[in-house]
Amino acid sequence: MTTLTVAFTLNGKPVSLDVAPADRLLDTLRYQLGLTGTKEGCGEGECGACTVYLDGLPVDSCLVPTFQMTGRRVETIESLDARSLAAFERCGATQCGACTPGVVMTAWWIREHPDLLGSHTVRELMAGNLCRCTGYDGIIDAVTEAVGGEGRENRKR
Amino acid sequence: MLRREALAKLTGRERYVDDLPLDDFLWGMTVRSPAPRGRIASVRFGKDIDWSRFVVVDHRDIPGPNVVALIEQDQPVLAAESVRHVHEPVLLLAHRSRAAVRSAARAVEVVVAEEPAALDFRAVPAPAQIQYGKDNVLKHLKIEKGDVERALARAPVVVAGTYETGAQEHVYLETQGMIAYLEGGVLVVKGSMQCPYYVLKALQHALGRDETRVRVIQTPTGGGFGGKEEFPSHIALHAALLALKSGRPVKLIYDRGEDMAATTKRHPALVRHRTGLARDGRLLAQDIEVVIDGGAYVTLSPVVLSRAIIHAAGPYACDNVRITGRAMFTNAVPFGAFRGFGAPQSQFAGERHMDVIARTLGVDPVELRRVNLLKDGQTTATGQVIRDGTDRVAVMERALELARYREKGHEHAGFNATHPTMRRGMGLATFYHGAGFTGGGEAALKSRLRVAGRADGGVEVLSANIEMGQGTLTVFTELAANRLGLEPDDVIIAEADTTRVPNSGPTVASRTTMIVGGLVERACDDLRRRVGLDDASRGQAVKDAIRRWHREHPGEPPIGEAAYERPPGIEWDDKTYRGDAYGAFAWAAYVTEVEVDLRTCGARVIDFVAVQEVGKVLNPTLARGQVQGGVVQGIGWALMEECKWQQGAMANNQLTNYLIPTSDDVPPVRVAFVENPYPHGAGGAKGLGELPIDGPAPAVVNAVARATGTDPRAIPVTPERLMELMENAVRG
Repeated sequence: MTTLTVAFTLNGKPVSLDVAPADRLLDTLRYQLGLTGTKEGCGEGECGACTVYLDGLPVDSCLVPTFQMTGRRVETIESLDARSLAAFERCGATQCGACTPGVVMTAWWIREHPDLLGSHTVRELMAGNLCRCTGYDGIIDAVTEAVGGEGRENRKR
Repeated sequence: MLRREALAKLTGRERYVDDLPLDDFLWGMTVRSPAPRGRIASVRFGKDIDWSRFVVVDHRDIPGPNVVALIEQDQPVLAAESVRHVHEPVLLLAHRSRAAVRSAARAVEVVVAEEPAALDFRAVPAPAQIQYGKDNVLKHLKIEKGDVERALARAPVVVAGTYETGAQEHVYLETQGMIAYLEGGVLVVKGSMQCPYYVLKALQHALGRDETRVRVIQTPTGGGFGGKEEFPSHIALHAALLALKSGRPVKLIYDRGEDMAATTKRHPALVRHRTGLARDGRLLAQDIEVVIDGGAYVTLSPVVLSRAIIHAAGPYACDNVRITGRAMFTNAVPFGAFRGFGAPQSQFAGERHMDVIARTLGVDPVELRRVNLLKDGQTTATGQVIRDGTDRVAVMERALELARYREKGHEHAGFNATHPTMRRGMGLATFYHGAGFTGGGEAALKSRLRVAGRADGGVEVLSANIEMGQGTLTVFTELAANRLGLEPDDVIIAEADTTRVPNSGPTVASRTTMIVGGLVERACDDLRRRVGLDDASRGQAVKDAIRRWHREHPGEPPIGEAAYERPPGIEWDDKTYRGDAYGAFAWAAYVTEVEVDLRTCGARVIDFVAVQEVGKVLNPTLARGQVQGGVVQGIGWALMEECKWQQGAMANNQLTNYLIPTSDDVPPVRVAFVENPYPHGAGGAKGLGELPIDGPAPAVVNAVARATGTDPRAIPVTPERLMELMENAVRG
């Protein structure tokens, strides 16, 4: 079978590996590199459970072919600093946890881009991450708190 | 207390079944029936594949009876001569490469000589479609109280209505999956599941192994909602058969498409009401018929039907009630457990019907409910006397007040008269949910639980009840710590491993906190006595006594045990369906505000207030989260979640076209609890998990009706359906 060699930066460190042409970044991360924090929810870019950063932008890693990673920068949930997750614990932002790494990745990206909140609500920005347990309130409260809001969202009506 | 495993989940460190390290394993895959009914004429293996490189399993490889043990022993592990539904498993494959096994599965052709399928549960089956009994009725149940015919004949007003609810897919975010391997002579099966002992029983039965040669371990479970109640037994058996044949570890993980196509869903239902009323709206007679689609095997349909009919009359007093229920055999993929378990279907109909009655009589829907809500001393449809001291009208009033129901009603009149494209309306539902197994079910389960003292003076809770997001680990920790005066860190909850934990029953039916939590408390008491302390001893005294025991009895940890005991005064007759259906009911009133865009016909929930009495709230964050999650799942069922059927199988088995609510589709869910401790529940708690899915659909659809002047009788009320209703209303 044809294999391709790709070299990219993963969580700040260089990696090089052989992949099949059809391999998804999600599978490479999980099954080849052992980074199982990134979850598969739907495999078609609807649920956001597999969110990683590609060159600093959140993407669904189930839709990204690994061979395209050459020379690029990938960051996964394993790269995040766990110390600042208190709001997520306190607000009940996780229940079953299957969507959670993706939720946290999107939330962190919002936190690093607070200007987005001038034109979008947290609910709009989180709409790419499906959660079936929380009804979203715990997540929205936590993100709002994490980005420096007053703890309760100010939803536009 | 914060959720115990929250940090592991937030950081991605929690390991679900597909995250576990596994050496030298094979990927499993299931080959399924393409047809809804017929004889398997042949199984053809594609010529371009070297099949000697694959492990292939069919029904002949099953050591014991070819049956997935459940209520009725009718469902095969793998189809042998014939199939009863599309996607029925016929063959199993395994290979080192996941891509290879997927291609191989596509290269197998199951040729079926088709026979006439029964695909509409509402229709009377033609003779050629009869496959179960004389009439395809899987189960027939009846509740009778008073004299319905006489009361209907005498009632000043009779209002009739027919209501329909669609199937619903669970969409737990972690798809189903299992791994199986041999360890010595012991078959080990690990995976995502709600009921380790169901899986154990199914494995023992079909594989002909006693319990010393099978071990089932639950892995952190990424959502269940009932979807991982009975179905995991199938995947466990499939993975086990492949592991036994190959002698290698096997991993069988469904992708989303397979999960949605092949696993169970909420039973579709058709409910007919005929209600006799006094002029002031008092209920004089309720004649209700509930029909559910069971699908191609019995699975849990009789029990779902039971809960559906018991809840069908609503939380109202009525002297004359007749409820008949039928679960129909069809050649659809079997339906199964889903949060609410029949009660959401029958209560959608009941609460929607209340608004239809109100409109027919010209009375206020609030007043209609006020005059009929059960008061202490009155009886439910099964004759259960309600005497818990909860003021159900006050629960409703609290919800109305929080939602500003009356003020909003006035505001909407002005808004709707002037706004060019938007219409708003308020909707209400008052409802209840019985916690635990129905009738004698809890006694029959004979649940047992242990709490062991550890050498360091802490304790370990040994239970088969699992964490799937609802908070079992946290609540059991809190209950044990509170009972013994320990810190949460002194408490460990054992992994649900059937070689270690006793059978404390399935993690279903809103029973884990209320009933199994009670066993945690009593096993703590027993442990305390075992180490020579009285019931008042707490904290350091307990730890010291446990340590002392360990010094005096090396290698024999002190163990406290508890077994289920029926609360006093509970009587149930399963033959007549009379008596105390549940130890306790939780009560609720949900109020919602909906906005409909006349251009798109899309309905959007813009405010939601959920008030409930669930006994004592043990952990406010977890309890609120259960309600919010249940409400949003209910809003999805009401407005957008629609299974499209082809030959009895889901055609839209992907999240691209089976839509569930996103964060931007729903408003904040405002939750309030009215507390009234239940003396026989752990810490005063009643069951909570399922209640919140019963109310949203009728509340939302009642609001849509109010906003648009239409009269929707079926869910989901998708934009397409609402457009039709509005066009019909205009045409008259």
